[in-house]
Amino acid sequence: MKEILKSLWQKLFGDSVRAFGLVSLVFLASLAIAPAKNYFSEWRHYQHGYLKMIRNRSDAVTLQRHFQGGIQQIWLPDLAVVDRCTSCHVGLKEASLADVNMQPFRPHPVIPHKVDQFGCAVCHRGQGAATTVAEAHSSTLAWEQPILPAKYIESSCGECHRGPLPGTPQLNQGRHLLSRYGCVHCHTVKLPNGSTMKATDDPPSLSHIADKTTRQWIYAWLKDPQAYAATATMPNFKLSDDDARDMSAFLIANSTPQPGDTATPSAKPASDPAAGASLYGESFCASCHAVQNAAGNLVGGDVGPELTRVGSKVKPEWLQAWLRNPRAYDAETAMPHYRFNDPQVATLSGFLLAKADSDLLANVHLEEATPEQIAHGKRLVSDYGCASCHEIAGIKKPENFAPELSRIGNKPVTQLVFLPGMQHTLPDYIAAKIKQPRAFGQALKMPQYTFTPAQIDSLATALLALNDRAASLPPSLTVAATLESDYQPAGKAGKLMTDLACFSCHRINGHGGDMAPDLTWEGSSVQRQWLVEFLKNPNTLRPSLIRRMPKFNLTDEEVNELTDYIMTVYQSPAIDRDSMPLSSYPQGQIELGKQLFYGKYACQGCHIVDTKTDKGYIGPTLTQVGSRLNAAWIFGWMKNPQALRPGTAEPNRAMSDEDARALTAFLIAQKAAGKSEVARAKK
Amino acid sequence: MTRPPLAIVTLLAAVLVTSCSHKTASAPLPTPTAFGAAIVETSGEKQTAQAGTALPQPLVVQVNDDQGAALPGALVEFSAAPEVIFDPANGLTDSSGQVTTNVTLGNLAGRYPLTALTTNKARKKIALTIEETALGYQQTLGRQLNEQYCERCHNPESTVERVSNFDNLEIKPHPFTDGDTLNKIGDADLTAIISHGGPALNKSALMPAWGSTLGKSDIQALISYIRAISDPPYRNAGPVYGPN
Repeated sequence: MKEILKSLWQKLFGDSVRAFGLVSLVFLASLAIAPAKNYFSEWRHYQHGYLKMIRNRSDAVTLQRHFQGGIQQIWLPDLAVVDRCTSCHVGLKEASLADVNMQPFRPHPVIPHKVDQFGCAVCHRGQGAATTVAEAHSSTLAWEQPILPAKYIESSCGECHRGPLPGTPQLNQGRHLLSRYGCVHCHTVKLPNGSTMKATDDPPSLSHIADKTTRQWIYAWLKDPQAYAATATMPNFKLSDDDARDMSAFLIANSTPQPGDTATPSAKPASDPAAGASLYGESFCASCHAVQNAAGNLVGGDVGPELTRVGSKVKPEWLQAWLRNPRAYDAETAMPHYRFNDPQVATLSGFLLAKADSDLLANVHLEEATPEQIAHGKRLVSDYGCASCHEIAGIKKPENFAPELSRIGNKPVTQLVFLPGMQHTLPDYIAAKIKQPRAFGQALKMPQYTFTPAQIDSLATALLALNDRAASLPPSLTVAATLESDYQPAGKAGKLMTDLACFSCHRINGHGGDMAPDLTWEGSSVQRQWLVEFLKNPNTLRPSLIRRMPKFNLTDEEVNELTDYIMTVYQSPAIDRDSMPLSSYPQGQIELGKQLFYGKYACQGCHIVDTKTDKGYIGPTLTQVGSRLNAAWIFGWMKNPQALRPGTAEPNRAMSDEDARALTAFLIAQKAAGKSEVARAKK
Repeated sequence: MTRPPLAIVTLLAAVLVTSCSHKTASAPLPTPTAFGAAIVETSGEKQTAQAGTALPQPLVVQVNDDQGAALPGALVEFSAAPEVIFDPANGLTDSSGQVTTNVTLGNLAGRYPLTALTTNKARKKIALTIEETALGYQQTLGRQLNEQYCERCHNPESTVERVSNFDNLEIKPHPFTDGDTLNKIGDADLTAIISHGGPALNKSALMPAWGSTLGKSDIQALISYIRAISDPPYRNAGPVYGPN
């Protein structure tokens, strides 16, 4: 053995020339490794694959011409983008490759931004400068960001776009849910513009809860809120029987009576289901409150709580006091102060109390609470942070009760504790945590929500948008959200509008709900007399809507107060009410307007002028529009409806002034036919 | 002398194999107690969702016996393109003969055929294939515009919240799923109808002109949505992601 090695050594390095030659050969070979490594690189492999793929296509010539070999790079110093993704994703800009489903050759779907102007990693994250699949997409080198799974891609839109976008429903919904489900009561979310995200769920105060409901109901609710109402936003804290017993004991013992709530009802709840249903309907309770129908479907709005089993919850005397004036119990409530009279209160309370579920409390048997149980209940109420959401007398709202989420989108994976078997990525962690918080530890306080998989994805999307880059972007690169204004109407009328909770449905000057029309320019839009009649007895403008203006039973004085305020204050600078008359248009112009209405513009597709022939169901009925709207408003509306009410479904028809004037003449001629007819129409 | 080491080696190898394969082994399939004759869709077919997101409604399939009656206890397995997630991916039919699964579509826009398999008495697999559509950015925007401006007339289905205007119109608009008609109208013509109204193509004036309300990119988004939900599929509707 030794002999053989020795002779081999002699043969190779015996003389210096031979040794030099051999070393040179080895050296040359090692030098060749670098170009060979380059030659066999992944991106070159993909570029070869791309060329092979396009060779037999009908559009091969164009694609060939667009193709550029070698490493490609998008360099955008302003955005700190150095992206080489297009080295492998060669067909990114080729719309004609739409049928290709093989990566990395798919064309990019159409989006409002161009890849040359934004690069790739700005939205998709990952390592833009990398030129291998593993380094670009995953964080093999513990670089900043792995690629963002496509299902959360809208979170990247949210870094710059702080308000809702029409093309990002998932992001919009996620942001909405963070407020609507009160996540931000416990988790502080500071937005990049410096403001703090506010909750919109309005959890009730529990300081006077014993007036409203029984300990049995509180117990059942604490155990399983969704058993009472499928739509409840209150999460399930998975309480033991004993804990729920003690917390309910504390809440009842802690409650102080509110004058008025406990007064003996002036009228007994009346059992008249037909009258009750009709009053419930007339008052449009369903605009805000949902009720489960026989088929199990929820019908109604989600501004107020679901009422399917409300009879099992509320005490009759409280309900009557609430119906008489909800603001006495909760000054901030979204519920309007209907001016119901005693018989109406009796009918409506009787109707609502009949909505009971005898199973709900059948198995709840609670003994008299002991002082120890009440003390223990108080401790639990503090521990679970109930006061983060609810006002509870004697318990302070805890500060920073749960981790702040203002930069959650940048939380390093190394700081996360994962469950066995789950992917070690931040999006997976966030989604799993929302889906089942207690899976990460039985002792955790975060309760169980009933989000659908789609809701969880949208929440994760919204949370991932809260990251360092979003917080540090210069304002020039961001698109600000329209902030909710804190507009409040002034004076007596202002007080009245708060009492009637107009802002729960209507928006004025950037403040309020979106269920009903924006009233910012209502004074320019309608005629005074119509508004007076409408407030006294709101009739149906849009037959197909199930959510409508309720009747508040206002006094004449209140109606005048409101009308004066609306007519004077809510005026558009673009409309001069008196610039066009309300009558005496030439007959020829009215006729022309009629022809345009039924012919050129086919308005009868959506509107009704003649109830005998027209059936259009989308826009408001126009049979009496001449008694309702101002001529100048109609003219302005014909010219550009979106300018007067952004987002309206009425198309802008780019009408000439002549057409718009003729249509105005025709419409303004559609008057209410005198008092008696108005009264009949109301029925 | 050689036997004991061999046994040990075999044992070690077996342990090694089982421990290594543990990671990739999926949960065992439940054992069926019944075998059906047919598998049918109950609900959840032809839905659309944004790419990578869960379908709004779960997919429900039903296994029937040879009498056509619902059969409890039959095994149903779901499969599709690798990116599609079923939760759960298999299950036994419940007392009403049904299995319900939540489906999350793949990350790329396109059509996703889903397969539900069950085993019949002859131990042969019988399959049901249904199709769902994943929408890209443009189509999602188109869907939003459709809900805001178009659907009230073009969708004949009424819901409690949204009453359709379809029946009120003298000349009926085409539902956007009506591929038989809409697939024959090219993008340029659709753009013309949307921008300039029905009369642009000698069609009903009840279709108003939207060219001053919707921008060019809005109209493109709408068309791309119409193409995506067309039934039968539009020829250039994009790729189909089958199992591979």
